[in-house]
Amino acid sequence: MSDLTIEVHDLTKRFGRFTAVDQLSFTVKRGEIFGFLGANGAGKSTTIRMLCGLLQATSGTAKVGGYDITTQTDMVKQNIGYMSQRFSLYDDLTVEQNIRFFGGVYGLSETRLKERMAWVLSMADLRGREDSMTKTLSGGWKQRLALGCAILHEPPIIFLDEPTGGVDPISRRNFWELINRLSGEGVTVLVTTHFLDEAEYCNDIILINAGRLIAAGSPMELKTTHMTMPLLEVTLTSGSVVEVLETVRVQPWAVETSVFGTRLHVMVTEEGAGIRSIQEVLTGQGMSVARVERIVPSLEDVFLYLLERDGQKSQAA
Amino acid sequence: MLKALKPIIVKEFRQIRRDPTSLGMLLVLPAVLIIMVGYALNFDVKHIPLVVFDQSGTAESREYLDNFKHSEYFDYAYEVRSYKEIERLFMHGDAKVALVIPPAFGHDLLAGHETHVQILVDGSDANTAGQAVGYATRITVEFSSALILDAFRRAGRTFSQPIEFEPRVWYNPDLVSSKFLVPGLIGFIIMLTGVISTSMTIVRERERGTMDQIMVSPLRPAQVILGKTLPYMAIALVAATLILILGYFLFAIEIKGSLLVLYAGIVMVILGALGQGVLISTITESQQVAFMISVFSSLLPSFLLSGFIFPVASMPVFLQVLSNIAAVKFFLVIVRGVMLKGVGFEAVWPQFVYLTLFAALTLGISVKRFQKRAQ
Repeated sequence: MSDLTIEVHDLTKRFGRFTAVDQLSFTVKRGEIFGFLGANGAGKSTTIRMLCGLLQATSGTAKVGGYDITTQTDMVKQNIGYMSQRFSLYDDLTVEQNIRFFGGVYGLSETRLKERMAWVLSMADLRGREDSMTKTLSGGWKQRLALGCAILHEPPIIFLDEPTGGVDPISRRNFWELINRLSGEGVTVLVTTHFLDEAEYCNDIILINAGRLIAAGSPMELKTTHMTMPLLEVTLTSGSVVEVLETVRVQPWAVETSVFGTRLHVMVTEEGAGIRSIQEVLTGQGMSVARVERIVPSLEDVFLYLLERDGQKSQAA
Repeated sequence: MLKALKPIIVKEFRQIRRDPTSLGMLLVLPAVLIIMVGYALNFDVKHIPLVVFDQSGTAESREYLDNFKHSEYFDYAYEVRSYKEIERLFMHGDAKVALVIPPAFGHDLLAGHETHVQILVDGSDANTAGQAVGYATRITVEFSSALILDAFRRAGRTFSQPIEFEPRVWYNPDLVSSKFLVPGLIGFIIMLTGVISTSMTIVRERERGTMDQIMVSPLRPAQVILGKTLPYMAIALVAATLILILGYFLFAIEIKGSLLVLYAGIVMVILGALGQGVLISTITESQQVAFMISVFSSLLPSFLLSGFIFPVASMPVFLQVLSNIAAVKFFLVIVRGVMLKGVGFEAVWPQFVYLTLFAALTLGISVKRFQKRAQ
């Protein structure tokens, strides 16, 4: 079997005159955790729906598990698990009834269903709560139950569409541990998210904006190859960060400026000169600066930078 | 193929059980409607309030009026002495028919001359008015014929009526409205509840997002549709049986014909209702819109166009053509035929053909649209 479980070539989806996904191309290796990053409406969900066979592509091709999504949709469906954004579970059924339903839908035999049910209940920490109504479960448990129901049939490839929406940070972390374990067992996981800290957990990511691929690579690659100019972080002792922003932004040596909580990130052409210029202009305005230092850009920095650049490109086009 | 249906059917039944309002609609509504329709909806026109202005006051006029007194169609309520009083009674709605007998009535009859009786009717209630004129005419004609026969007998000649007119009503001798309405009610209820529940259950899944989860699985659209609609088939059969049982015990409505043919017809119209419901679910994503379309597309045709209450033959031509979209219209022919007339399959097979086509068409198009949705 090929090492590539998902291959996408120029995948496009148009709804009338609106292009939701624009010639997307990427590949995913077996056992990888692959992240789809992008703002809401960037085309992440649409792409996943096409790969799952829920939506038909306008043009382009894709193979999932070696099967073509357009001509071999049935085979694709046998080999994938899908968890939608809304944790598609039946609120008016109990936990066990939900598991039995999805198990039945995937044609699991009674013995295998019992095994998998036991596994899901323990994975989701729902042992003893089989007869609880699903609607009484809180976010974290629902999330894990939804994942469990999606992989009852042990598919080699899973698609998770914003699986951590509305879930507390601890549950989020636990969930990612689960995903890591699955990946360790050879399952390929494709996740969409707009949480950049989660992107750090992925082996490879692609950044999508307005349906187009903007960047691809591992988190480390993205951080080091795209932002070649040094990034400085400015910490204030007092004063409003917005005022500082306004002051620095208009300076000719400030390539990019953005606010990060109470700090300022400024991209400059040269580290030493940049630090001096910032301190000069700020003290000149009577603002006191605690610290100005170079930092390693986070994914968020890269993300914002790339989006900004892409926005400028499409405006110029 | 069939094995995969089981989890869907099981789930659907579980969800129905947990939803008391829909369960209420499916089972309680038929019972309530049959009681209301059977007892309250009555087209039988009897005891029409009558006012009499007898200007003759002779034995002959009283003999004539006696026929009205003893008729169950009229309620001999008022005797007045002027047209003004008649008008007043009409205006107040206290009387609907008036008989005015001329002063020379008795004298003319004895002399063998022709005489006239005036009948005045309140036309604002057209249904009653028409019936009243009919009954009054009949009573008068009978009285008139009796007088003629009497005259011949007294002259020593035997004479018999040239035409003895004896109407006999088959299948519903007392022309009881409930016998007419209850069979139609079965069709009406099945259509209404079948279309609504099927369209709602599918749209609800879509709104919740669980439909995606099902479509991602190896299940085919036909399996999903079948699995989701079969529970409602079962419930509709129960509701239909409930109506038949209540019809028998409350209104003595028997099934003269074959139970098999009757239930075959019921199953076919249920399939049509389910097909229509699924079709509606492929048109809209919103539960509210689905509900409204379901109600209008099932209620109006079944109630107004199918012949449930208003005869199709009396409608303008374009409506008669339009009435063919109401599956209930064809079901009514079957159910009235089997229940009231005891006909067999050979009399109603064209209706069965239509119902089969209707179900096949709606279900077929729905499956196609389901598949197409993935575009």
